[in-house]
Amino acid sequence: MAPPGDTLILGTRKGLLLFERRGGEWKPAGVSFLGIPISYAMIDPRTGVLWAGQDHGHWGCKLSRSRDRGRTWEEVAAPKYPEGEVIRNSMMSVDPKAPEKPATLRYIWCIAPGGEHEPQRLYLGTEPGGLFVSDDGGETWALNRPLWDHPSRLAGQWFGGGRDHAGIHSILVDPNDSKRLFVGISCAGTFETADGGASWTVRNHGLRSNFLPEPNPEVGHDPHLVAMCPGSTKHLWQQNHCGIWKSEDGARTWVNVSENGGPANFGFAVVVDEHDPKCAWVAPAVSDECRVAVGGALCISRTTDGGRTWKALREGLPQEGCYDVVFRHGLDKAGDRLAFGTTTGNVFWSDDRGERWRCLGHHFPLVYSLRFG
Amino acid sequence: MARVEFTRHLHRFFPALTDSPIEIEASSVAELIGALDVRFPGLAGYLCDDSGSLRQHVNVFVNALPVRDRLRLTDALAPSCAVHIMQALSGG
Repeated sequence: MAPPGDTLILGTRKGLLLFERRGGEWKPAGVSFLGIPISYAMIDPRTGVLWAGQDHGHWGCKLSRSRDRGRTWEEVAAPKYPEGEVIRNSMMSVDPKAPEKPATLRYIWCIAPGGEHEPQRLYLGTEPGGLFVSDDGGETWALNRPLWDHPSRLAGQWFGGGRDHAGIHSILVDPNDSKRLFVGISCAGTFETADGGASWTVRNHGLRSNFLPEPNPEVGHDPHLVAMCPGSTKHLWQQNHCGIWKSEDGARTWVNVSENGGPANFGFAVVVDEHDPKCAWVAPAVSDECRVAVGGALCISRTTDGGRTWKALREGLPQEGCYDVVFRHGLDKAGDRLAFGTTTGNVFWSDDRGERWRCLGHHFPLVYSLRFG
Repeated sequence: MARVEFTRHLHRFFPALTDSPIEIEASSVAELIGALDVRFPGLAGYLCDDSGSLRQHVNVFVNALPVRDRLRLTDALAPSCAVHIMQALSGG
């Protein structure tokens, strides 16, 4: 088995692609599910199991695992929304008479391991807004009722962003306390539990959503991705639809740290250094009505001072004629290594925290997720 | 007995379906899919969503006519009918 950080896992529109690090280069290490969209794929660092969420156009969302790095796969039962659960129509609707339809699994947004000392626990973030929990290594899944029944969802304050219905795309387990979790929901915002999911608190204070008539609601924000510094878990970051925010107090308050006059504003992805909470990377794009690379040039922007200043890292990246966007799970970091994959099938990697980039390939399918494993 | 044929795209996930047509005793589409799931575990989840309705891009034909009730699958099956389970032409 390759050491941690020596595997790259691409979840693409046409399958799961693996690469392994050998002799200072990334080498192809297998293709699985050729032709099938992989919404998210990751290796559970506790068990070494490779997980893949599939988004079949015809046959629904499936979940598979591999214990041998993709040589063989086993389909496990995908989570089901309980019978009788309903969602309202796609956009924000507080009208209790708005049409309802059955809540069914529409997308597997992310797969997250539980705490280090609970190796059988896994989480799934899904559309239309359900957080599913497994305590048997993924054999069976249960909907987390307290979050699903949160008054803000029942009041119609969760709604779709990018997809038709609200989705949970970020699941962050505090490495020091596995009962403390954050989830990021588009669109609703960030929620925290301190009791293993028995109760949830909204953590959106300080955000501003200029796509809403009242831009400071308690719920209804669009954090495209939420990230936590594992070495300092009161520090969280979010690449939001409306800019970049950070928190230094465990998400109780958020401060806008978007770049004034520079590219680091709109985007989907954000990663935080494992140890230095002031150091973060984002993948800028032209805001939201356009969604292409800023100025036709690819860059990753990095801050090392908590968002006071940003540096656009461009060396080795194409600087003209780019239309790429990096989706929310398309940027990852492991130690000094970074890598990202784009909507137009480009994948780049860096061994020096983004200072210099090299191309892994230009002809991949659209990349939904890129994770180190 | 309904005689059931499947789109070849399902063979990838359920290789045993290559032996179709499959003969199944069922008086409705819902019964048919339930019985298929017993013989080919997991198949119902490919055809129907969590609520038991046909997935949007799955088509079921009975004697060459599309089923009318895609939500609750109540269409009756006459003895010796022919059932085709197909995928819609969608995607890219």
